[in-house]
Amino acid sequence: MNINATLIGQAIAFLLFIGFCMKYVWPPIMQALDERKKKIADGLAAAERGRHEQELAEKRAQQVIHEAKEQANEIVAQATKRGNQIVDESKDNARVEGERILTAAKAEIDQEANRARDELKLQVGSIALAGASKIVGREIDEKAHTDLLDELVSQI
Amino acid sequence: MASEQITSSEYIKHHLQNLTYGQHPDGTWGFAHNAQEASDMGFWAINVDTIGVSVLLGVLMMWFFRGVAKKANAGIPTATQNFAEWIIEFIDTSVRGSFSGRNPLVAPLALTIFVWIFLMNLMDLIAIDLVPQLAGFVGSTAFGADPHHVFFKVVPSTDPNATFGMAFVVFAMVIYYSIKVKGLGGFFGELAFHPFPKWMFPINLFLEGVTLISKPISLSLRLFGNMYAGEMIFILIAIMYGAGLLLGSFGGVLQIGWAIFHILIITLQAFIFMTLTIVYLDMAHQENH
Repeated sequence: MNINATLIGQAIAFLLFIGFCMKYVWPPIMQALDERKKKIADGLAAAERGRHEQELAEKRAQQVIHEAKEQANEIVAQATKRGNQIVDESKDNARVEGERILTAAKAEIDQEANRARDELKLQVGSIALAGASKIVGREIDEKAHTDLLDELVSQI
Repeated sequence: MASEQITSSEYIKHHLQNLTYGQHPDGTWGFAHNAQEASDMGFWAINVDTIGVSVLLGVLMMWFFRGVAKKANAGIPTATQNFAEWIIEFIDTSVRGSFSGRNPLVAPLALTIFVWIFLMNLMDLIAIDLVPQLAGFVGSTAFGADPHHVFFKVVPSTDPNATFGMAFVVFAMVIYYSIKVKGLGGFFGELAFHPFPKWMFPINLFLEGVTLISKPISLSLRLFGNMYAGEMIFILIAIMYGAGLLLGSFGGVLQIGWAIFHILIITLQAFIFMTLTIVYLDMAHQENH
């Protein structure tokens, strides 16, 4: 508990430690701290910028998707329209074709019927002739009565 | 208890005696064997334990911080670096808060004061008999000394020499920067022409002189007093261990409680010493008082 030269020794040691601390300890650590602070600030700013850019990109992507959807809808609508058109066209074509076939068939039928009628007339003529000759009991001169018969046939 | 035959008062005295090296009155050099011999050595004696422990702790502190400073970079900090930076940030915040001038000395000074005093105070938490017993054992086996005459006070801040030594350095800095910033005239003007009018300058000088001198005295005595009292209480608690099982275990509980409370005091005293130093230096740097 006596005051002695320890005091001086302690003061010198204290001064040495302060000097050492001031020269070799404080500046490098403070510098590192400041640098890190700056680095973190830069990093945060970069992150903020990145976030902003991402937001923009997302917005752009949304827009592109929207446009694509619209286009797709348009294409589908067009295709549907075209399809309907084709169906209608084919219906028309089919109807026309059907009518054509129908008229052709009718014409053929008419033709056939006329032909059959003509033939029938001829046969009826000959049958009538044969019947008449039987009834009359004698040969009718075919040549002499052909005109008569033709007239008869045309009347049938 | 330190030994089988000694009384409580001897035990306390033994614990409060520094290991002093100096010249005996008869002209020979050596360690003091008791308090009387130590005081007979006069001023030119050294408390080997105080200087030894404090310098060891100081070197330890500088080694730790230098190691961190060498590897310090702006990348991801290691755990050690984190710890050191946490302390340094804390000091830096304190300095920025209290010190308005610009001086590259103040922050490293504050760091040195805080950590060094903290470490010195921390020695108080080492079991009270451990180091003196160890020193007694080493002294008796290696140097053939009587172990009762080998003293070792492990807490440097319970030695007024240590606290006064530091406070005087701070005081010298306060005077130096006062004169440097305000000029010699300005400094004496501040002492002489305040707080009363100029013609009452003897009274002013007296008042301001007391204020000035009280700075290092209060700084060192506050630290010394707190640590000395804390140490004393540890010693008194330790005496209870020799007084039977019941009192001894009660002493154990007391010691744990006091040690936990003492952690607060240790840190607080280091912080107060540092903050007051910053404040004194800030006052020295202010042009207009």
